[in-house]
Amino acid sequence: MIKAVMVMNTQGKPRLAKFFDYLPVEKQQELIRRVFGVLCSRPENVSNFIEAESIFGPDSRLVYNHFATLYFVVVFDSSENELAMLDYIQLLGQQTLERCFKNVCELDIVFNYSKIHTILDEIILGGQVLETRSTEIMRAVEEISKLEAATNAISFIPKSASSWLSR
Amino acid sequence: MDAKSYAICFKPSSSALKRSNTTRNWYRVAKLEQLKTIGRELTKGSQGGFYQSKEFLDLVKSIGEARSKAEEDRIVLSEIETLKRRISEPDIPKRKMKEYIIRLVYVEMLGHDASFGYIHAVKMIHDDSLLVKRTGYLAVTLFLNEDHDLIILIVNTIQKDLKSDNYLVVCAALNAVCKLINEETIPAVLPQIVELLAHPKEAVRKKAIMALHRFYQKSPSSVSHLVSNFRKRLCDNDPGVMGATLCPLFDLITNDVNSYKDLVISFVSILKQVAERRLPKAYDYHQMPAPFIQIKLLKILALLGSSDKQASENMYTVVGDIFRKCDSSSNIGNAVLYECICCVSSIYPNPKLLESAADAISRFLKSDSHNLKYMGIDALGRLIKISPEIAEQHQLAVIDCLEDPDDTLKRKTFELLYKMTKSTNVEVIVDRMIDYMNSINDNHYKTEIASRCVELAEQFAPSNQWFIQTMNKVFEHAGDLVNIKVAHNLMRLIAEGFGEDDDTADSQLRSSAVESYLHILGEPKLPSVFLQVICWVLGEYGTADGKYSASYITGKLCDVAEAYSNDETVKAYAVTALMKIYAFEIAAGRKVDMLPECHSLMEEFLASHSTDLQQRAYELQAVIGLDAHAVESILPSDASCEDIEVDKALSFLNDYIQEAIEKGAQPYIPESERTGMLNISNFRNQDHHEASSHGLRFEAYELPKQTVQARIPPASLASTELVPVPEPMYPRESYQTTTVPSVSSDAASTELKLRLDGVQKRWGRQTHFPSTSTSNSTSLKTVNGITQVDGSNTANSRTRETYDSRKQVEISPEKQKLAASLFGGPSKTEKKSATGHKSSKPSSHMVKSHAPKSSMEVASEKTSVQQPPDLLDFGEPTVKSTAPSLDPFKDLEGLLEPTTQVSSAVNHSSTAAVTKSPDIMGLYTETTAGAHHKDSDILSGLSNPPMTNMVGGTTTMQVAQSSKGPNLKDSLEKDALVRQMGVTPSSQNPNLFKDILG
Repeated sequence: MIKAVMVMNTQGKPRLAKFFDYLPVEKQQELIRRVFGVLCSRPENVSNFIEAESIFGPDSRLVYNHFATLYFVVVFDSSENELAMLDYIQLLGQQTLERCFKNVCELDIVFNYSKIHTILDEIILGGQVLETRSTEIMRAVEEISKLEAATNAISFIPKSASSWLSR
Repeated sequence: MDAKSYAICFKPSSSALKRSNTTRNWYRVAKLEQLKTIGRELTKGSQGGFYQSKEFLDLVKSIGEARSKAEEDRIVLSEIETLKRRISEPDIPKRKMKEYIIRLVYVEMLGHDASFGYIHAVKMIHDDSLLVKRTGYLAVTLFLNEDHDLIILIVNTIQKDLKSDNYLVVCAALNAVCKLINEETIPAVLPQIVELLAHPKEAVRKKAIMALHRFYQKSPSSVSHLVSNFRKRLCDNDPGVMGATLCPLFDLITNDVNSYKDLVISFVSILKQVAERRLPKAYDYHQMPAPFIQIKLLKILALLGSSDKQASENMYTVVGDIFRKCDSSSNIGNAVLYECICCVSSIYPNPKLLESAADAISRFLKSDSHNLKYMGIDALGRLIKISPEIAEQHQLAVIDCLEDPDDTLKRKTFELLYKMTKSTNVEVIVDRMIDYMNSINDNHYKTEIASRCVELAEQFAPSNQWFIQTMNKVFEHAGDLVNIKVAHNLMRLIAEGFGEDDDTADSQLRSSAVESYLHILGEPKLPSVFLQVICWVLGEYGTADGKYSASYITGKLCDVAEAYSNDETVKAYAVTALMKIYAFEIAAGRKVDMLPECHSLMEEFLASHSTDLQQRAYELQAVIGLDAHAVESILPSDASCEDIEVDKALSFLNDYIQEAIEKGAQPYIPESERTGMLNISNFRNQDHHEASSHGLRFEAYELPKQTVQARIPPASLASTELVPVPEPMYPRESYQTTTVPSVSSDAASTELKLRLDGVQKRWGRQTHFPSTSTSNSTSLKTVNGITQVDGSNTANSRTRETYDSRKQVEISPEKQKLAASLFGGPSKTEKKSATGHKSSKPSSHMVKSHAPKSSMEVASEKTSVQQPPDLLDFGEPTVKSTAPSLDPFKDLEGLLEPTTQVSSAVNHSSTAAVTKSPDIMGLYTETTAGAHHKDSDILSGLSNPPMTNMVGGTTTMQVAQSSKGPNLKDSLEKDALVRQMGVTPSSQNPNLFKDILG
């Protein structure tokens, strides 16, 4: 199963962190720091895999990919396939986010924090990859946005504001 | 500027972007540009309602611009203050509230405490608005763990939401279920989740399966009755749901392969359909038909086909097809290929498939991509288990990977080498490993690789010299990371040799070890574990081959102790090594001249704060003062492998004990034998203590005692002593009343007295127990004090426990049968057996099992005196049989006498120790308990305790016989005396015997 998904920028600042087994905040921070420590010591043109047992305990591997200013990191155990994990990152980063935000960048992830979480929830549930069709993920996310916008309209926010907000 | 001009496109490969300084600078500029344009972005409104306010934007911006961690922390802390204030304001608009919570989540992601907001997140999930509810669920899944106190407030809402008409609400609740429901709350939501498995929306069905899978992970038993649902969902119309079902099935099959063999055909046919592109186009990924489902299926097949020829044969065709169809140009295609190789190497081997797998591996290894090389090495490691010969054709590729700058790949390759190590290549591989080990700083991996080196060296070492050298290298570089066991193994190996009978080889090994260690000692800063090994070996074998003089070795050892003066373990090893060297010298008849530095060292150690060091130093001093003969028997040379025989019976004390007995000491009666009697006597004794310490109470307790002595068989006392709770006694006693009408009045009074005794015991316990322990006149007393105080202190309860278990062992089936026939019920509990002895006693004598509870014998004998003739008849054969019953042991008596004493000595020491350390007592009782099983095997050396049992039995039976004289009162008085005597120091006992026997 997948143990954690992390997105951090090249300076080690976490942009998104989701641990599928609960960990206390301090522990999460420590793990993120250590992962970044390993990532930035990796030379160019090497594999995207790291044995992460010293960080995450026994039976844990780490796959990362580097998009522009961001590292996407997935931590998982031996029941998953490394190359497939790499593709999940691709799926999340390249395909889905790209579709969501057009030319996606680090700030999109920062400012759409809850949306990224929604997307991630659609792809991975309880540590298992649930959905691998980016069209399907997009559809689900859009449906949620629409409905949220709809319920939003009923709330007591001034009409002008809500219409201003929903494009 | 264009709103999107800052955007950096995602690139598929990391290598495309160089992280040089220029890039960073460019990035910084770009980021500032980004931030400037955020405003515009905002006015446009973020897509689809995922809106954030200006404040949040400012926060992110200022954090992004923070120059140091401290500055960032300041910003975040002030943000937390703001949020704390704002969030508790009344009537916050929902949208604002949502934003606050998201900001909280963000703050927590940055590592700050946001726990003050948890309750607000929980409140949000109760909201009707989907927007607010979803945010609430998101926040609680990120904030809380399944055991958090607030979960109790969430479960109810989750239950409600799972029933919602809106499937998005259901999905949100299912997300939370996966994260927040723990083992105890599973039953609260389980029925609804099972219902959702039939939900019209496939997204809901999928998530419901995942929720069940999660439950299975948390508590397999909670969903064990629902496994059929997973099988059913495998046939779901929607391929997505089917794909999701593979996750729980994979786990289930991992845990129990055999229950799912029937699914092999289904999995194979699903895989076939997937590979033939029967699934909707939407599942294609990079032109591969549903590769993720293929991977999962291949994993499952690998499990099912493992060492199952029949199941494997079903798979061959489809796996072969996939090998052919796989597009090896894409990443995902290779992922499927790799999974095929794993499957092939796991299932029953098929030559054709193995060939395809080998081809795929060579393609991986020849690839330029490090990822593929990595997978290739991993796959090779799997395949060589089946066909070791394929490694050869990839030799060069493997060596390349070993030289690769990529650490991950290197480690994977070492793993492969570890798997393919043989005695022919072990030298190269271990050398390589050690080199690599020296080059890395990662302690975790260093430890792992060191232990692998050790393992391989132990398993395949071509020569002793090589082995010693290798171990030296490992210890030198990773000594402190190596498990101490490895060091002990090494010492043992040097001591025992390689198991061959060739002594010269062993001594060669030792001298080479000594030589290499003397050489290594010159190096600075050696790990502690290694030094321990060195000291031990030098001490044991430093002078064995005569090559080095004692003064040279001792000089070296002194150097070690001085150089590592802050490591007490090493110093202790060094001192002991010195002692051995000197002892060998003395034993060999040479004159020992202690080096001056050794003298000063000893002086230092004699005054050391470490008691261990001090003791060792004193021992050394003592050994040096002894003559050659004594030294040789203390420290024989090269005897580290000899077993040290521990004489638990302490037979070397026999003479001493014999002497003591002749002088009139009391012979030892094992604990199991004496409890009853001693309890009584102890009771008495306690009375005495009470008499001495509490004068007023003496009268109050003495009175019922008199009546007891006059009329009631003391057995009742004994049995109450044995039984912590006196109540169950009554039925027994009343039973006696019915059978023996003549004693009925006595029995009635017994009841009363018993009650009294119970009370007395309860009161007395607290008061007199301390006095027993303080007076401490005999160890026997202490034991009884212990058996009396049940459970009030651990040591005591422990003795009681062991005592109980022993007692149960003693009840032979014959006895039980007899007890059943006599009392109409099996005497299983100790209470029953305790009272049961009263009448079952004859049988116990007749079956010649060792005499139980000597004092009860006394007691029961007396009851039988009082009882009508028919019961007396029962008793008669006993009396006669006592002598013959001992016959088998009579021959042993000469032998028995001393052993009795021995064990009594043991017991004295052990019981004395009871108050201090219950462990010793446990050890002792263990041996006796064990010996009880071996009753028949009396001649065996270890069965001393049962023998003493017999002796104890003999004496007490004799007591019984004599007390069974015509005058009941007289005998009772004698008995009382006996009991009193039994307690007082053993020197008085001969009088007792004289009195009774003479």
